Amino acid sequence: MADAKVIPFDDDRSRGSAVQRPSRRRSAGSRRRSGEPAPVREIGEVTEVREVQALPTGAVPHDDVPVTGEEQPWRPDDDGGGLERRIAGGLSFLRRRLTGDYDVDDFGYDQELTDQVLMSLLRPVYEKYFRVEVKGVENIPAEGGALIVANHSGTLPLDGLMMQVAVHDHHPAGRHLRLLAADLVFVLPVVNELARKLGHTLACSEDAERLLAQGDLVGVMPEGFKGIGKPFGERYKLQRFGRGGFVSTALRQGAPIIPCSIVGAEEIYPMIGNAKTLARLLGFPYFPLTPTFPWLGPLGAIPLPTKWTIQFGEPIPTDGYPPEAAEDPMLMFNLTDQVREQIQHTLYKLLVQRRSVFF
Amino acid sequence: MLVTGVARQLGGRFVRRIQRDPDVDRVIAVDAVRPEHHLGGADFIQADIRQSTIARVLAETGADTVVHLDVTATALGSGSRTTVKETNVIGTMQLLGACQKSPNVKRLVVKSSTNVYGSAPRDPAVFTETTAAKSLPSGGFAKDIVEVEGYVRGFARRRPDVAVCVLRFANILGPTAETPLVSYFSLPVLPTVFGYDPRLQFVHEDDVIEVLRIGSHEPVRGTLNSGTFNIAGDGVLLLSQCSRRLGRPTVPLLLPAVTWAGTLVRTLGMTDFAPEQIRLLTHGRVVATDQMRETLGFTPRYTTAETFADFARSQGPGLLPPEALAGAVDRIAALPVAGGGHPPTQSAN
Repeated sequence: MADAKVIPFDDDRSRGSAVQRPSRRRSAGSRRRSGEPAPVREIGEVTEVREVQALPTGAVPHDDVPVTGEEQPWRPDDDGGGLERRIAGGLSFLRRRLTGDYDVDDFGYDQELTDQVLMSLLRPVYEKYFRVEVKGVENIPAEGGALIVANHSGTLPLDGLMMQVAVHDHHPAGRHLRLLAADLVFVLPVVNELARKLGHTLACSEDAERLLAQGDLVGVMPEGFKGIGKPFGERYKLQRFGRGGFVSTALRQGAPIIPCSIVGAEEIYPMIGNAKTLARLLGFPYFPLTPTFPWLGPLGAIPLPTKWTIQFGEPIPTDGYPPEAAEDPMLMFNLTDQVREQIQHTLYKLLVQRRSVFF
Repeated sequence: MLVTGVARQLGGRFVRRIQRDPDVDRVIAVDAVRPEHHLGGADFIQADIRQSTIARVLAETGADTVVHLDVTATALGSGSRTTVKETNVIGTMQLLGACQKSPNVKRLVVKSSTNVYGSAPRDPAVFTETTAAKSLPSGGFAKDIVEVEGYVRGFARRRPDVAVCVLRFANILGPTAETPLVSYFSLPVLPTVFGYDPRLQFVHEDDVIEVLRIGSHEPVRGTLNSGTFNIAGDGVLLLSQCSRRLGRPTVPLLLPAVTWAGTLVRTLGMTDFAPEQIRLLTHGRVVATDQMRETLGFTPRYTTAETFADFARSQGPGLLPPEALAGAVDRIAALPVAGGGHPPTQSAN
């Protein structure tokens, strides 16, 4: 993507002294070095706490699961008996799971299972495999509803999951991202069960508004199947943003829109072809053909270990509009375009800064 | 006050309870069969609401409030599905026709069900009263309900002077409840659909009686009891949670196998396990209860979890009682060295 004409966008300004923008020429090398320590340190801290604290009861603000007494918040300076603590924590977790003594919300979000199990399964992929670098996480408000709008790519929606881990592990307020997923997700067995437990819900305005009204952080990828199933040649070219329904949802709730650009997901499964007949037979929107899939069988389904960057941009406020603004198609198109442009520009900028696809 | 469907436990309980209210002078209990339980001091009239006799009953008694509870999913005793459907649909039509003729009727309460929303993966996660179902139920009780509500809406249009209250109840559970879900939960081993963990909502019988009372009296100041309301306890239980709390193991089956088995069982006439039940146990259903709280002014005494706990107590222990499992885990915990690091991931689901 060297041909991409980069227009500097001003969403770096607010981040102030954390990352001073170096000159464009040196950006590939020095930028990385100056930008790297912060996220690495952050990851270190998070994992340190997580390893010793098998049950982060403190990290869960509204956890009203009746706890069985034996697990006290574990203090990291207490070295001896760490293993025993973890065993005790694990057993009490097991006990609660086996007796069904845990809570899920109206959407089926199982916070305990997500924090304890599903995130621990996703974290190695996030940290070790894709080595995700997160920027601008401070643009996500510490409380209240907000809508994160991201680009969508990579044949399989791994980018959504990685974004969820990024918010979960890096946001100082420990916020949880509630993703809006395509209806196909809720048709497939097992997938729908896991998606619901991870806090995902169907991408429809009713659900999105309900979540925003509850003060949740909602993630949406308005490109949908057009973005995730686009051929490799069109990588990092944003597709049409649906009908801009996400803008009217945010307007109705007065929730800020946070543009998010994900670099790296495009190359995990380079889609060189689309077996349309097979897709139609299986009822999928597309059936990807990559250099490895389906030729190598299940082995071909392993994504390429690309290096990812997830950048959260500056929030676009939506609370200054009158209530009838959500019905104004012109305003909706303008806002949609603004969000789209901002994501596209950030994508180009990140691509120029990227040294290589894999490192 | 005229109450239909009193031969059911729920109808019987409601009749007994409503007579204690001071502004209720007389309760006329109507059903096609004589109830086995007592009805307090209510006047029982044996009348089939599918026949036009119900119009005469209504005219002679001059009831000002009609509580229509005879909308049910299962037959009482050995009735067939056809009878149930006729009672639901034709019965409602006859009753509404009678109400329309009667100048005395001022208030109508209809027991409906959240089945009206259907259950599909493409539906929003939480239904409000105004959500239109994406896939209309093709048959069974859910379709009856859709038709019943259609007739009730028509009646409300023709008689705007009558306060019409449609109460859409979530799955009713309780020690005496008699619904398909109750018979499902009393199976020793619960067949489930592989790869799906539906969200379920319950409402306790006591709350049902209470909200029916609210609907059949004059509204309290600041509330409105005409309209359509979802009635459900707070919170949600997953089917997996239900089975664990009940102590009954689950057998996950593939969806086609479940559908096929359901058809087989229905054909053999062993139980009336309708396709809509299978859909409910596949995709689940959750409704929003904001209207119930804010407009109707009703707060259920039991949450979904408490309702289920109360129901589980009445069911007796299953094959895998939660207490035994908890005890087993505690015993492992009590061991001096519990065999190395126990990763919590083992219990993933």
